[in-house]
Amino acid sequence: MIQRSATWALAALVSLCAGAAVAAPPSAAMLSNACAGCHGTNGGSAGPSMPSLAGQSKEAIVDAMKKFKSGERPSTIMGRLAKGYTDADFATMGDYFSRQKLHPTRQALDPALVARGAALQEANCSRCHLEDGKEGKDDTPAMASQWLPYLQMQMSMYLSGQRKMPEKMEEKVKPLSRADLEALLHFYASVK
Amino acid sequence: MTLDRRSFLKALGVGSAASLAACATPGGGLSMAKSGGRRVVVVGGGYGGTIAAKYVRMLDASIEVVLIERNRQFVSCPFSNLVVGGMLNDLSTLTVGYDKLAANHAIKVVYDTVTGIDTAAKTVTGSTGTIDYDRLIVAPGVDFRFEELEGYDPATTPEIMPHAWKAGPQTLLLRRQLEAMRPGGTVIISVPATPFRCPPGPYERASMIAMYLKRSKPGSKVVVLDANPDIVSKAGLFRKAWAKHYQGIIDYRGAKRVTGVNPRNMTVSIEGLEDVKGDVINVIPPQRAGDIARAAKLTGPDNRWCPVNATTFESTVAKNVHVIGDACIAGAMPKSGYSANSEAKVCAANVVALMNGRETIEMSGINTCYSFVSEKEAVSVAGVYAVKGGAIISVPNSGGVSPDLSETEAIYAKSWINNILVEMTT
Repeated sequence: MIQRSATWALAALVSLCAGAAVAAPPSAAMLSNACAGCHGTNGGSAGPSMPSLAGQSKEAIVDAMKKFKSGERPSTIMGRLAKGYTDADFATMGDYFSRQKLHPTRQALDPALVARGAALQEANCSRCHLEDGKEGKDDTPAMASQWLPYLQMQMSMYLSGQRKMPEKMEEKVKPLSRADLEALLHFYASVK
Repeated sequence: MTLDRRSFLKALGVGSAASLAACATPGGGLSMAKSGGRRVVVVGGGYGGTIAAKYVRMLDASIEVVLIERNRQFVSCPFSNLVVGGMLNDLSTLTVGYDKLAANHAIKVVYDTVTGIDTAAKTVTGSTGTIDYDRLIVAPGVDFRFEELEGYDPATTPEIMPHAWKAGPQTLLLRRQLEAMRPGGTVIISVPATPFRCPPGPYERASMIAMYLKRSKPGSKVVVLDANPDIVSKAGLFRKAWAKHYQGIIDYRGAKRVTGVNPRNMTVSIEGLEDVKGDVINVIPPQRAGDIARAAKLTGPDNRWCPVNATTFESTVAKNVHVIGDACIAGAMPKSGYSANSEAKVCAANVVALMNGRETIEMSGINTCYSFVSEKEAVSVAGVYAVKGGAIISVPNSGGVSPDLSETEAIYAKSWINNILVEMTT
């Protein structure tokens, strides 16, 4: 009993001495809000080149950040930024953004392409891009409501080989025409 | 030549001056009764102040937030060099109002010029009255040390030798002077010693002006007189861009501190050298924290910049007062718009923690900053920041500059300005 109260007294003394200098480690919000200057408040991007992170799956964010950090996924500044964080930070931020509500975008899309893309999604992509692209299997990213220019930039990086497609995606993408792919992107961008 | 505006703010209606119709100013100006228990007052509605106001409200809606700003519209410094260079026709896409921000977060925006801060009485005074605060966030940006330039009259010299270091009429004046200049003319840019707002800004400006001269004013050149020994930021990339695009147009001279100006003769003087004559002279004066921060005695021993706690951004000089953005000493973080945005969030989180008696949270911050070097190419610097030993440091082995000039980065730069202005104004 005496020992216990001595421990308490010591703890109190330590915290008193440390005063305001002691701060909790950066919280999920502290880490994630720093991203919002580019990716939008709570991860809802105002577009057009930066993706929304709101509602993205934790696994997809962690996977993307690790690949940015290693250089496996090409980037402009994301690789340089990713090097400032640990895998645990990625998980914390991924979890934070996955809990934010999907950010619905209003953008000019071609309704005919959206309709064609919907059919292509159902036939080709729906095993991994679940729920019309609102969700993804494992680390498959959610696509719904992303900005069309962002999706187009990523697709052209896939097609040029700069960004490596997962095997299953490559199988599905190969037989599709450029027009088919464009239609798919219009469809994903349209999903709210 | 003009950038595609659709990719800017238009679709979101953020850049439109028309949205200013509804005024958020409470009737009595600063003489307002406290609506609830606790109040945060924010002085300055720029890249830092708007975000601090917004995030305090987002984190604790029980705290009343009053944002005091002198101008009804904010004009972004980032991207204003594109107006100087003619890539943007005017400042409309860089001009934003406060109405949506005020309405979305129930922030009380008061348009007034702060004339005094009493940190003992915890009050802020402007022309419309005096308001008290529980905590104050000061985000005044920079003002100029005109007195260090011999012959410089703060009232008249900028009309002849624009600084264009606060975006607005000065930006447009510099642009008009360039348009009116004779072919074969000389443009002088004088760069002050560090620290100053936007470290890569003078060199982006040199690039933008050279781009314009190359196309429209054959035989003209840009002389950069830099008080610093070398280009302060992204040096290798600017040198590369200048060699690629502006050979013989940009004449960069390091360690040439401008100490005086003569607006009548259109010359500037440099320590120990002959005066240099220009047709257009852009004097970027040395800088310090915004005047109101100095008036409130928030500056440190140098009487220029405001020392702050690295976790809370609370002034180390005055209790319950926080300073963010260009005015504060933020360790490794540069004086940039994105830094101000990031610092504001750190500050807001800790203001809310302190007001609720909770443990403060260590800072984690980011800076991203793009510079255009030609019509189609941009370069960037990025950094991640944390606290170590009570100081803000750059996280080791992270961040850095672009590997090369990049058209992709120019695309991202446009998205950057769109996103950061939307975040400030919604």
